[in-house]
Amino acid sequence: MSSITTLKYTLQLADNVLIMGQRLAAWCGKGPILEQDIALTNISLDQIGQARSLYQYAAQIINNMPAADKAHLFNAPLLQEKINNQHTITEDDLAYLRDAWDFRNCLLVEQENGDWAYTVARSFFFDRFQYLLYTALQKSSDSTLAAIAEKSLKEVQYHIKWASEWVIRLGDGTAISKEKMQQALQARWEYTGELFVMNAVEQAAMKANIGVDVSSLQQAYQQQIEAIVNEASLQMPTAAWMQTGGKNGVHTEHLGYILAEMQYLQRAYPNMEW
Amino acid sequence: MSNENKEWPLWEVFIRSKAGLDHKHAGSLHAADAQMAIENARDVYTRRMEGVSIWVVESKHIHASNPEEAAAFFDPAQDKIYRHPTFYNLPDELKHM
Repeated sequence: MSSITTLKYTLQLADNVLIMGQRLAAWCGKGPILEQDIALTNISLDQIGQARSLYQYAAQIINNMPAADKAHLFNAPLLQEKINNQHTITEDDLAYLRDAWDFRNCLLVEQENGDWAYTVARSFFFDRFQYLLYTALQKSSDSTLAAIAEKSLKEVQYHIKWASEWVIRLGDGTAISKEKMQQALQARWEYTGELFVMNAVEQAAMKANIGVDVSSLQQAYQQQIEAIVNEASLQMPTAAWMQTGGKNGVHTEHLGYILAEMQYLQRAYPNMEW
Repeated sequence: MSNENKEWPLWEVFIRSKAGLDHKHAGSLHAADAQMAIENARDVYTRRMEGVSIWVVESKHIHASNPEEAAAFFDPAQDKIYRHPTFYNLPDELKHM
């Protein structure tokens, strides 16, 4: 088993939860009601916590790699120089010093918050996927990833509950809330296809028994989403064509803005702590 | 609920900090229904491991004693020391009381 595969796979898992967590964190102080503001902030911090565990593991893998193996890991010159100069890499370096083309998060998580229904729809689609992914990842032959999956799964179960109940509440609510929820589900659905298309890293990780065969999760995903959508008396969204790219480093225009805001401080004042 | 009333109702939250202890009043919050009230309580009041069980009750269902009647209600108990078990002398033969 190549440690590069484990590294890249771990970073992909981490990028998804970091960007999702960063997106939800933008609701902090702006939620429609204090209690829901705190709920979203909690979920955001759960996800950033998962990202931290994964980035810590990734940093550890990089630090243990022979110099020749890690000479060309990233496109971002700042980070790659640091690695080439034999600096010890930390979780923060991986979050703050990579550029958009080094990120492998799916397109779904970087989509804008929009209104409440759009935020709920994105979480609804993402959290359900995370649930199936982490459930399977618990059986990973990599004991660190298996342990992170097991710990994260408890958090994700609550995230699913939160998102599903909002889909039902809005779908089953007033004429306006139903229309808005339906519209948001429809708009975000086209970003769900990518979740189940294996990229090269996922395929290598699956062959090495560290990663999950995401294509095998699609049927259960569809059924579980449909069950909630029906309960909300909404229509299952459809897409003639699914967007892809994020998992291979080809992102929508949104990721650059997210990173600019998230990374600004560490770029402008390197190693600053507060 | 009337259409004019856009505020979610208020709920009182009771948290049991660990098994075997009583639920204690923790505070209040807004929620659309009981399920949401429990989940909001989880997010607002148990994020630092404060609890293992949550009760919620809509605030309007709590009936409270009237503060203006507090004197008549509670003061008369002040001089009834014979209502405390320590008021009574126990025979020496009774140990461990």
